[in-house]
Amino acid sequence: MSPSLDPQDFSWLCSFLHDESALVIDEHKEYLVNTRLAPVLKELGIPTLTELVARLKRRPLSNVHQRVIEAMTTNETSFFRDIHPFDTLRNDILPEIIKRRGGAPLNIWCAAASTGQEPYTIAMILREAFPDVAARTKILCTDINNPVLERTKQGMYTQLEVNRGLPAALLVKYFERRGSDWQVKEELRRMIEIRAMNLAIPWAGVPPMDIVFIRNVLIYFDVETKKTIVGRIRRNMAMDGFLFMGGAETLLNIDNDFARTTAGKSTLYRRAA
Amino acid sequence: MRALVVDDSRAIRAMIARMLRELGYAVTQAGDGREALDVLAGSDAPELALLDWNMPVMDGYALLRELRADPRFRATRIMMVTTETEIENMQSALAAGADEYLMKPFTWDALREKLALLGLADAA
Repeated sequence: MSPSLDPQDFSWLCSFLHDESALVIDEHKEYLVNTRLAPVLKELGIPTLTELVARLKRRPLSNVHQRVIEAMTTNETSFFRDIHPFDTLRNDILPEIIKRRGGAPLNIWCAAASTGQEPYTIAMILREAFPDVAARTKILCTDINNPVLERTKQGMYTQLEVNRGLPAALLVKYFERRGSDWQVKEELRRMIEIRAMNLAIPWAGVPPMDIVFIRNVLIYFDVETKKTIVGRIRRNMAMDGFLFMGGAETLLNIDNDFARTTAGKSTLYRRAA
Repeated sequence: MRALVVDDSRAIRAMIARMLRELGYAVTQAGDGREALDVLAGSDAPELALLDWNMPVMDGYALLRELRADPRFRATRIMMVTTETEIENMQSALAAGADEYLMKPFTWDALREKLALLGLADAA
């Protein structure tokens, strides 16, 4: 990560983004600038954020300006991302697991959950479709990145982020305006347990999971690391638990102790008998 | 599928229309609520209507209420696309029969995802 911007440059960058893309960045959002622009620096071969801002100031609108705007306004994730896994969760998987567990607590794990849209989506589904079960469900949300975990804990999202995939009826029900941002209400935040975790290093103290989401995460690891991580996750799951991965991902040749299954429009995995 | 885009900004209408055409929609446009009603009077009900809120002559909220009062448009999915970002506005629009609500500014992905929620576009 390159050094942070001085306050004048940060302020100039905020004004530029507001003028060019209507993006409103508050002063405490410097982490967002750092996180989003780090790949742009690498891509363009610019050593520091300070130098990047100097280039933006020097030149008329160019592809550098365009890349900065794109990086700041494009989100890699959204609420209800891809929709189908969440339809399957609500319509097929949760009813089955809830029935089998009787009144016992449920444990759901979002591994490498980034900025938290996935765990909060699951929390909303539980509240809406299974309100009694929501009260006895714990959603573990882990990530390697402490700043994004802190953000998940706060449940703070920009307008651009709540525009992404979140039904308006759920936005007005489960979020509150905080200036130009939106905050998840406390009733959902208390369903989420936040924990820093590097999946590539053995972990402890995670209860047996009924449902695990690890979507679009393993693509960042080599095959041997994938095998190690998936094996550890499997051993940390209930025998009848379910594993959700990204739509284009597979466990073929990664872990043969998981069996592929389909439900609704989703493909998912359960521990092989 | 047919879509109606109602916005007093010609540039925004054109941008939204382009996005919808890429998704396979046949798009008609209107610059305010009254013009939209005139356009609709002579054609079949569209599957989708995207309404700006603040417009001259007749605003999007008034148009929403007109459309929801007319049985011809019962099956039309209506989404407000607006700079009005207060929760109270959203609640009013949803209570008046809007199916979705998209805040400006928005990205191409955000529009597609909202349409996917309505079953009017693929999820990814």
